[in-house]
Amino acid sequence: MTAVLEARNLVKRYPGASANAVDGLSLAVREGTCFGLLGPNGAGKTTTVEIMEGVAAPDSGAVLYRGAPIGAAFRERSGIQFQETALQDKLTVRELLTLFGSFYPRVAPPAELIELCDLGEFLDRDSKKLSGGQRQRVLLAIALVNDPDIVFLDEPTTGLDPQARRNFWELVRLIKARGKTLLLTTHYMEEAYALCDEVAIVDRGRVIAQGEPDHLLKKHFDGVTIELPKADYRAPAAPLPGKVVERGGAVEILTSEVDATLAALMASGSALARLQVRPRTLEDLFLELTGRELRE
Amino acid sequence: MSAARRFWAVFVARNKEFVRDRGSLAWNLAFPLLTVFGMAFAFSGKNQEVFKVGVVGEAAALPPGFAATKYVQFVPFESEDAAQTRLRHHQIDLLVKPGRPLEYWINETSPKGYLVERVMLGTDAAVPKPSRGTVSGREIRYVDWLVPGLLAMNMMFSALFGVGYAIVRYRKNGVLKRLKATPLRAVEFLAAQVVSRVVLVLAVFAIVYHGSDLFLHYQRLGSLLNLYLIFALGSACLVSLGLLVAARATSEELAGGLLNLLSWPMMFLSGVWFSLEGAPRPLRLVAEAFPLTHVIDASRAVMTEGATLSQLSSHLAVLTAMTVVFLAVGAWSFRWE
Repeated sequence: MTAVLEARNLVKRYPGASANAVDGLSLAVREGTCFGLLGPNGAGKTTTVEIMEGVAAPDSGAVLYRGAPIGAAFRERSGIQFQETALQDKLTVRELLTLFGSFYPRVAPPAELIELCDLGEFLDRDSKKLSGGQRQRVLLAIALVNDPDIVFLDEPTTGLDPQARRNFWELVRLIKARGKTLLLTTHYMEEAYALCDEVAIVDRGRVIAQGEPDHLLKKHFDGVTIELPKADYRAPAAPLPGKVVERGGAVEILTSEVDATLAALMASGSALARLQVRPRTLEDLFLELTGRELRE
Repeated sequence: MSAARRFWAVFVARNKEFVRDRGSLAWNLAFPLLTVFGMAFAFSGKNQEVFKVGVVGEAAALPPGFAATKYVQFVPFESEDAAQTRLRHHQIDLLVKPGRPLEYWINETSPKGYLVERVMLGTDAAVPKPSRGTVSGREIRYVDWLVPGLLAMNMMFSALFGVGYAIVRYRKNGVLKRLKATPLRAVEFLAAQVVSRVVLVLAVFAIVYHGSDLFLHYQRLGSLLNLYLIFALGSACLVSLGLLVAARATSEELAGGLLNLLSWPMMFLSGVWFSLEGAPRPLRLVAEAFPLTHVIDASRAVMTEGATLSQLSSHLAVLTAMTVVFLAVGAWSFRWE
């Protein structure tokens, strides 16, 4: 396994904070893959990714690109989409691409970028007048303007509607198909599942689980989730063969013994008409590992 | 080579942004035009009812009867040369030097000089018979004296706020952070901001100066090129000062407060509205520390005294030195975030 980008023991504490924002975090991103940093707001994802971009400095630890510490030249090989970025007012999308393109010695052909990110429709529009989805596509095109080897996307779909989000996912897959390495942060577990070859679940500045999404789920869970509305649930006299969790208006039973659980529920007089059996998700995993919801 | 390309890209982008911002652009042109025409109109009437008499030497030694004349303002001068220059430009109507006998000079082309001479000779100043001298020279109207100050003041606001606010806004909304993540260097970015604003300020200066000249017919005694040179250097200096303020500020309120703190004293103490020649010495020393004072003194010297480049050299040197210091400290302390 060749890591193209590696973080070693990153530590970062903001002045006045009582805990480290990033607390001894290490991870390795393989070439040509999409790596996801998954975690709730405030877990340290953005700080981690900004250190790995070379935009923020860690208090200790190192970031290695192809085995060497990242330096000034890394800027030319990487592309960044920040979580919150305004664009210069009064400039059109085309002018922004020209502006950012002129900062780099090597650039991707503009026509190719425009086609890839599907910017044709609003190429001559003032950047202020773009929709959320269009803006994200422009920001991604700017991140790709120097034809980078590695692309950082910090919560690229936060605040987008489901349709725009799916379009953006398609775009990320196209970029990956061009052999680029991606590092993505998200608090949407379905996004991580849909896009990432490997995820690291981050909580309180540490990686609490890491691996391919399917492997991670298999490793931690050998069962399914049985879910039914709280109103329909009657607790059986004997304990159920699994873990019972209340989540919102529903009761979830995490178990590997589906038959025995269903039999016990039937015997207890629970109404099963609205019962669902579903495979475990990364969201369940996060809850399992931390006892907290991913999106609080 | 690639540094020049990056500088040029930011410069072009900044210019486009400004030119497309119709509101700011209109204001940047309308405000100076309004002040120049407004002031020219306000001071065009015969509102200087008072006669101004320059006094060289001991004012207490003036003949008491003459000194008590109503509607005569006595203006003390330290140097006879400076006072005679004023007399030549009709900025004072009569110049007296107390003594026995009294010495005085008038400008023979000035009607007010003729009148105040008659007034003086009707008082106790006529005995013993004073010695009379004359000078000649064209009148420098108040508007010719005022216009360099007005243009410089407008330049100051455009330079300080135009650059300071833009940078703080960019820092706040993340544009600077995005630029930081590219190979663009801070000094390239800052240089582009300075040059863009200097070009803009000079364009506004040209339009306002030549535009109002069509109506007000300025009497400029010195070279136009020197006037442009002073304004180019002055705007570079004030833009650099704006950069220095904006180097780290993260809120528009803070930057706005600091910029106001700088611009208001400059507006009142740099001699835009009135000359500081008669002001207390500490105040004049404070004024010397303001770049705007040097811009106004130098451009006024070009307009009303026909000063040459070598006569302007001390002002130009001060402006250059200030520019270098502001830019160096601003670039050194600059933060993208």
